This record gives sequence, structure tokens and C-alpha cells, in this order.
Amino acid sequence: MAALADTWQALLDWYFALPTAILVPIAGLLKVLAVFGWIVINVLILIWLERKFSGRLQSRLGPMRVGRPHGWAQTLADTIKLLVKEDIIPRGVDRWLYVIAPAVVFTPALLVWAVVPFTKNWIVSDLNVALIYVAAAGSLAVLGIFMSGWGSNNKWSLLGAMRAAAQIISYEVPSVLSLMGVVMIAGSLSLQGIVAAQHRVWFIFLQPLGFIIYLISTMAELNRTPFDLTEAESELVAGFNTEYSGLRWAFFFLGEYANLLAASAIAATVFLGGWSGPFLPGIVWFVLKTYFFVILIMWIKWTMPRIRIDQMMEVGWKFLIPAALVNIAITGLVLLVV
Amino acid sequence: MAEIDLRTVTGGDRPELRDVVQKDLHEDEILVNMGPQHPSTHGVLRVVLRLSGETIVDAYPDIGYLHRGVEKIAEGWTYPQFIPMTDRLDYVAAISNELTYVLGVEKLMGLEVPPRAAYIRVLMAELQRVASHLVWLGAFGGDMGALTVFLYCFREREKILDLFEMATGARLTYSYMRIGGVRNDLPPGFVEKTRDFIKLMRERLKEYDALFTGNRIFEARTKGIGPLSAEWAIALSAAGPTLRGSGVAYDVRRAEPYLVYDKLDFEVPVGKNGDTYDRYICRIKEMHESLKIIEQCLDALPDGEVMAKVPKVIKPPEGEIYAMTEAPRGATGVYIVSNGTGNPYRLHWRAPTFANLQLIPDTVRGFKIADAVMIMGSFDVVLGEVDR
Repeated sequence: MAALADTWQALLDWYFALPTAILVPIAGLLKVLAVFGWIVINVLILIWLERKFSGRLQSRLGPMRVGRPHGWAQTLADTIKLLVKEDIIPRGVDRWLYVIAPAVVFTPALLVWAVVPFTKNWIVSDLNVALIYVAAAGSLAVLGIFMSGWGSNNKWSLLGAMRAAAQIISYEVPSVLSLMGVVMIAGSLSLQGIVAAQHRVWFIFLQPLGFIIYLISTMAELNRTPFDLTEAESELVAGFNTEYSGLRWAFFFLGEYANLLAASAIAATVFLGGWSGPFLPGIVWFVLKTYFFVILIMWIKWTMPRIRIDQMMEVGWKFLIPAALVNIAITGLVLLVV
Repeated sequence: MAEIDLRTVTGGDRPELRDVVQKDLHEDEILVNMGPQHPSTHGVLRVVLRLSGETIVDAYPDIGYLHRGVEKIAEGWTYPQFIPMTDRLDYVAAISNELTYVLGVEKLMGLEVPPRAAYIRVLMAELQRVASHLVWLGAFGGDMGALTVFLYCFREREKILDLFEMATGARLTYSYMRIGGVRNDLPPGFVEKTRDFIKLMRERLKEYDALFTGNRIFEARTKGIGPLSAEWAIALSAAGPTLRGSGVAYDVRRAEPYLVYDKLDFEVPVGKNGDTYDRYICRIKEMHESLKIIEQCLDALPDGEVMAKVPKVIKPPEGEIYAMTEAPRGATGVYIVSNGTGNPYRLHWRAPTFANLQLIPDTVRGFKIADAVMIMGSFDVVLGEVDR
């Protein structure tokens, strides 16, 4: 044990003795790997969780066979299956768009994690404009979705892509506006700053309206029922990913769950005080709060029917955006008076 | 650059259809194939949609993908042989088809079924109606993206299938009706199990109400969607809940009672606006009414034989006959022409959803794709019956 600690210490000494020009890229790479690992592990858990959770909601068991107890290895088995599937690129697709679209969808979900504080010290980069960055990174995914829909040479995919563009762009606005109230109270765009500002009371209590708007518009951006219009199975076959299979399809799937996780983490950080909490270590609080949102969103998904595209636009532009603006005005007035 | 050919539909089109769908195609419009493998055309219905954005300019249903020539097959088979074939018409409500057919043959032969058989038939037909409406409700929920309802409905349907399995030995294609009665008497314990089921089902219907009827999204998705006027419904000979949803209180069980329906107390629910919501409400209410009928049948179930005296070889006298019943999807009829031999000379099946399917273009015009899925779902089309 002591020898191991010595080796570790020696390794650290060696590492920190490296010239900065080498040290910084290596540190960056390690952080990327750590975040990637975190996402992949969580997505594996999330997929399993979603299946078990929806199973229980639907009075069935969910996966039980692969891996006992409770089919814990089901996602692994599915991953292997997707990896070894034949790579099919249909004739007539726009190859370039078709091939890179899954990566474009997945990358923004990865980018968001650069500013999410896991604990007081565990953060890739405490960016001082973190919330703006999150919004910007989050809205990139629509590019990938549109590329896949356009490049697939399929009418249903095209319709899905059109919906995605309309949906994600219109819901980006209320989503960002709803966070502005928080920013005004916290006086900071940095996520660590926002967590610090919640040491007395969580923002969910100070910004209930902002929270509801954020939750609804986030679900819309995540393409989850009742807002899963872009891949609405019963309407558009599978929407933008109709023509995808195997590994590429898996990347869409990975992206979807990574986005779910990222959005939940942001919600937990901004509205529920992030990693801060009594007794337990910060990372435990962070995971608990994130998963609270994950379960909440899953619960809504498996209960609600799907809304129609024009109704969704109406909710976004006629209700959520005015409500978000009112929320900002009220917050401003209260801050002025207090 | 991908080149999506938006202005044609592929799939080996018949020239008639191809020419019609491409006629006067405006430059803003695209043609989309919905089906025959689309997830929500419930089988192999194909609808060519002419879209302007997401709005449907016109729709052209194309059927025949499940054509098996059932009516022709009937001509080569004996009368009892054809009973299993009827199961395969509307496979979601097999018992109701069998009932229609055997009633037709019995009418042709002037045969009376024993009272116990008549009650059992009604009992089975109503159980089948509940099962069929459950499948519809589940699929309807699925069309809307509410997949949980689908599982709930199939959970309850499973109980009905268990009852059917108990009585008939089969779960989907029963071949339980016989010319002159039913194949076998109810097994011991069936009555009690059915009573338990009715109790359970009444509870579960409340659950569905909680999930759907008050749901804002559900109401926004169904109210005012795909309205169908009473006149138009009658003009195109719509049937079943689709007709009654438009406010026409026509139910064969009431209008031309067969078996023991004239002795039973039940209501015929009708809608007001003829929209998707009303069709939904009609079916939900019909499930309640069916449970009431089943209860009355169980109470009044007489003792006695379940088969009438029937000759070994069934040779109805020369003549023709039309018999009609109210199947879950509406008035199902069979037209039989007999020439006095052991096989029908000609048999025609009147499929209610074949008539309902004609309503699709007029009701979906001007609505969105998402609405079209709901409207088609609310007609409850079963292609086995349409294509025959």
C-alpha cells in the first residue's frame, strides 16, 4: 500500500515538474477523458434506468434476463449489438452530412459539461459566462439534427428536421430567458457563482415561475414527450433518424441521453443548489439532484401524450416567452425594492 | 447535396393512383407515402399524402395489401369450414365475425339456437367488444405518443383473452361459434371469473379516464379534430362508433335486434360534434355498456343445450340472405347466396371499416400530419377486414 502511494506521489511529482506547454494539454486531455467517462457510464445507467422506470410505470418488469439482478447488463449487451451491426449508408444520401451528423448531435452534450461544477473543486473550467456558454453549446445540437434529416434523403426525416429546427430555436429563447431571473439574483453567470449564491435558499423557491418555464423548455429542447415531435414515432416513423442504424444511431441515442443528463445537471445546479448540501459530500448531492430531474423528466415522458407542432409553437411563443419576460420584470422590481 | 424527390411516391404504383396523386401538384406541395409500413396506419394501410408543409392538402388511401380473397375462398369451402376464415377478417374481434356469419347461415336455414347458446353468444360478443375497444384505446394512445396507456389496455385485454382461452381454447382466432349454437358450454368457474373481471374493468376504466379524459394535451389533440357531420357519415355509410360519434344513434343491436339483445337493457352512446374526441368518448361509454350487458347475460344465463339439432351435412335451401350484427367496429354484414349445395354460391362481406376508411380524405383535409394519425386512429380501421 505504501509502495503504491509512493509511486503515485512520484508520478504526481513528475507530472507537475513537466513544462507548462506539455502539462496544460495533458491536463486538458485528462479532463476530457474524465468527462467522457462520466457521460458514458451515466448514459449506460440512464438507459437501464429509463427501461426499468418505464417498465414499472407500465406494470411490467423491464429487462430482467441479461445480468442478474434486474437485467443490469442489458445496456451493455445492446451496446455490443449496436457496435457489431452492419454499417448501412443508404443509397442517395448526402454522405458527408449523413456521416458526421451523429457526432454533431453528440458533441454539444459533451461541451456543456465543461462548466458544470461537480463539487467545490471538481470543475473543468469555471467560466465566468458559463450560462451563456451552456445555452450556446446546447443550441448547436439542432445543427446535427437538421444535417441528419436533410442528408438522409427521406421525406419523413426531412419533416422531422424541419420540426427540430422550429422547435429547438423557439424553445431556446424561453429557456435562456427563464435563467435570467436567476442570474439577476445571483449576480453571476458562472455556475460556481450561482451555487454559492444559493447557500441560504435554493433558487427554485425564489424563482418558481422561472423554474417551470425552464423545465418545460428544456424538455422541448431534449425532444422528450410531450415534445418529442422531431422523432414522433407514430407520426414521422422515426423522424430525423429514420435512416440511421447501428453505431451511428447509437450516437444519436447517446447524444439524447447525454443531453438529458446535462440538462438535468444544469437544472440541479441552477435551481437546487448544485453540489451544496449538508452532511453528504458534494458529489453525492450533485448526483442525487441531477437524478431527481432525470426521473422527473422520465416520469412526465411516460405519462403524457404528445403535443402537436403548432400547439407547441403556441405554447412557446404565446405563453412561455411572455411569462419569462414577466418573470424577469418581477425579479427586477423585487431586487430594486429589496 | 442530397436530392430528395419530393414530388413522386415510389412503390410500384398503379397508374390510376399515380396519375391522380400527381394531378395539378402545386409547386409548394410534396407527396409522402404514409404506409404500408408506417407505424401508425395499424397494419398495411397506405395513404398517399399531399402536403403543404405539415398541412394535408389531400389524402389518397390505397388498400389491398392484405387481400387474401376470402370471399372467393368461401365459394370452394363448405359452410362450417368457412367459420375459421371469418376469424381472420377482423382479427381484433374474431368472435363478432363468426357470429355474423353463423347468424347468416342460420337465417338461411331457418334454424333456432337454444336460449343458452344465444346468451353465451351475446356474452362472448360483448367481451370481444371490450377487448377490441381496449386494443383501439391502446393504439390510439400510442398514436398520440402516450405509450403507457397501450400497456395498460393490453394488461386488461389479457384478462379477457384468458377468459376466451378458458371457454374456447384459443386466444385470437377462436372458431367458437357453430352453425346452430356454440362449440362447447362454458367451463366451470367461467361465470365467477367474468364477474371478477367486470369489477376490475370498471375500476380500470376510471384510470383511463384519469389519464386521458381530463388531460389538457389530450383534449387539445382531439377536440375539433377531424369533424364528421351526421349527413356525411350516413352518406358514406359509416358504421359503429364512427357513425355514433357524429350523433346518429344507429346500433344494429337496437335497430334490428338479433339473439337476445331485445331483452337486455343498455344504452347507445352518441356524440355531438363528430370529432375525434366524440369517437373516443363513444367507445369508452360503449365499454361501460358492454360490461352492463355481460352482467345481465351472466344473471339471466338459462340452463340447457348449447347446440341445436343440426344435420350432419349443412345444405341450406336455395336462396339469398343478408345478416347483420353490431361488431365493435360497426355494422358487419354477410350476404350469402345459396344454390342448395354444401358450399355458398357467393358470399359477400360487409366490412364496417371499409366504409369508414372512405371518410379519411374528407376528414383529414386541412389538418396536420399529427392530426391525420389521430383521425385515422379514431376510425379504428382493421385491414384484415378491409382487404378481405
